[in-house]
Amino acid sequence: MADAAIATTTAATPAHGRYGSMSRDRRWALRWSYFFLVLFACFFLMPPLYMFITSLKSSAEISAATNPWWVYSPTLSNYIELLSQNQYLTFFRNSAIVSVFVVIITMVISVIAAFALARMKFWGSAALATGVFLTYLIPDTLLFIPLFKMFAWVNDTFGIQLMNHWWTLMILYPTLTVPFATWIMIGYFASIPKELDEAALIDGATWMQTLTKIFIPVALPGIIAATIFTFTVAWAQFLYPLAFTTSTSELVLPVGIVTTLIKGDVFNWGQIMTGALLGAAPPLIIYAFLMDYYIAGLTAGATKG
Amino acid sequence: MAQVTLRKVIKKYDEVLAVRGIDLDITDKEFIVLVGPSGCGKSTTLRMIAGLEEITGGDIAIGGDVVNDVPPKDRDIAMVFQNYALYPHMNVYENMSFGLKLKRTPKDEIDRRVKQAAQILDITELLDRKPKQLSGGQRQRVAMGRAIVRDPKVFLFDEPLSNLDAKLRVQMRTEIKKVHQKVRTTTVYVTHDQVEAMTLADRVVVMNAGLIEQVGSPNDLYHSPATKFVAGFIGSPAMNFEPCHLEQAAGALRVRLSDTLAFPVPADRTARYASHVGKANLVLGLRPEHIIETRPHIEPNQHDFDTMIDVVEPMGMETLVYFTIAGAELCGRVNPNAGATAGKVMKLRADLSNMHLIDDGTGRVL
Repeated sequence: MADAAIATTTAATPAHGRYGSMSRDRRWALRWSYFFLVLFACFFLMPPLYMFITSLKSSAEISAATNPWWVYSPTLSNYIELLSQNQYLTFFRNSAIVSVFVVIITMVISVIAAFALARMKFWGSAALATGVFLTYLIPDTLLFIPLFKMFAWVNDTFGIQLMNHWWTLMILYPTLTVPFATWIMIGYFASIPKELDEAALIDGATWMQTLTKIFIPVALPGIIAATIFTFTVAWAQFLYPLAFTTSTSELVLPVGIVTTLIKGDVFNWGQIMTGALLGAAPPLIIYAFLMDYYIAGLTAGATKG
Repeated sequence: MAQVTLRKVIKKYDEVLAVRGIDLDITDKEFIVLVGPSGCGKSTTLRMIAGLEEITGGDIAIGGDVVNDVPPKDRDIAMVFQNYALYPHMNVYENMSFGLKLKRTPKDEIDRRVKQAAQILDITELLDRKPKQLSGGQRQRVAMGRAIVRDPKVFLFDEPLSNLDAKLRVQMRTEIKKVHQKVRTTTVYVTHDQVEAMTLADRVVVMNAGLIEQVGSPNDLYHSPATKFVAGFIGSPAMNFEPCHLEQAAGALRVRLSDTLAFPVPADRTARYASHVGKANLVLGLRPEHIIETRPHIEPNQHDFDTMIDVVEPMGMETLVYFTIAGAELCGRVNPNAGATAGKVMKLRADLSNMHLIDDGTGRVL
């Protein structure tokens, strides 16, 4: 009996039972991956979906105790009202101009700075590169008080009032974006073989020509990654515009929506959601177009080749 | 005229001396190869000629002008790098014309030069490809093309063949030699491969620990090495070194390798070696091809001896045999049909007319 039982067990155990099976391991890994990916996707897509649903409801329907995940009488009135208000368009314009210029200013400064720090070996370049990164670690909530003092000093000394102007944000945001963009670009430039700039140097290129004709084209994925990052930060920045701008005509989108659509304790939920949704569109469009480059930029230098 | 002159050139990195004061005269149209083990300062020397490294001391002159402080672009040189250093976003044509464009050379002149160089290197059909679409050998050609179109005073090659597989390396070696025969530009070539050095060079510069050991034609270095380092570095398999001492025997000299084995020194060397009799620290240098199987006819200065063979390596056209004398392993090259067998005693023949006597204390060949 015992012998027979052993024989049966041995025969019934397929080879991969003892050693494990690669295809079965992979199937399980995939199942778990899908499970968590779907879970996270649901979790993160819930708020935008909720915004979208709410933006299609009238104020009456929002305040009525109906199913919040269903629209019983869809309406575009929120969109029409918001887009026909001049101030919303002003916020949008302010945000767009500020973001575009912040991107331009940041990229010009950080690409040149990163090139110098990564390539033109000079005394203290390594310490400076670390210093650039350390400035990024300082929270912006700590920065705006000294910035207030600086603006007051500028006003006292030169008579230039920097407070409460949307264009002031173009000076402010780079304090957040330049260190990080520079850090990304230093990493990217460092991954370019040294022989490439030596070859350019021998070919007769100046440092500036090496940067514009060799480094920028080769590091384009990194530059695009830094651009997207900068644009996102500039577009979504809330604290600085809240602190430094007050007049309605000077506000940018995130602050504008909050300050004009919340009156006292009255929340105009339909328009808030519509405004936030429309405000989220530009970064989304930019991501969609540059996604491939963005991922290539983030993973650059991970492997050789 | 594009001779290159190095006078007492020194390179110091922090406190480390990479190059310790070297003198070198490279004549116009000459093909010079700097060879040596890694860390010997050969690449540093090349990079100093290129202007990619500042020199700590001494003078470098190209075409008679001292260029110590001249930036690379104004030295009129072209360099080929080990990893090719092609601009990845430009096609072959743009890669080759980049330098000329920066110099504002007229367009038709650029076109003429690029096409001519492409023809020399046989890469005409690759001109509109990007570097990533090319094989290693093709990239190497493009890198050379980029150097040729500039028509510089000096070509500098920094281990250009190290990234290629063995077969392609031999092929490109011939290619480089052909190109040099066509364009006749003064060339400085760095390699750690002594075969590459021997086959390419008009003159080879052997470097070791930041100093030049010896400069000479490939044959000079091979047959008359000045130091033990050169003797051991040039030639493959390497020269055999066997500790020995000289003794006087009936008016002639004998080189004694062990208690049981001693060979008479050739008569024409007796005067040269006489003062070293009885000295310690002497080493006999004998190349593997001067230890052969025994043959019926014996030449002067050849001597037979019996030895136990440790290892046999058949190479096809010859067989390498390894054996031990007084603790030192030696190598001989015998006829494949000589019947060499590991673990058996074999009669070998040493040809002392090609012997070298080395003072192991100073490293000089006596």
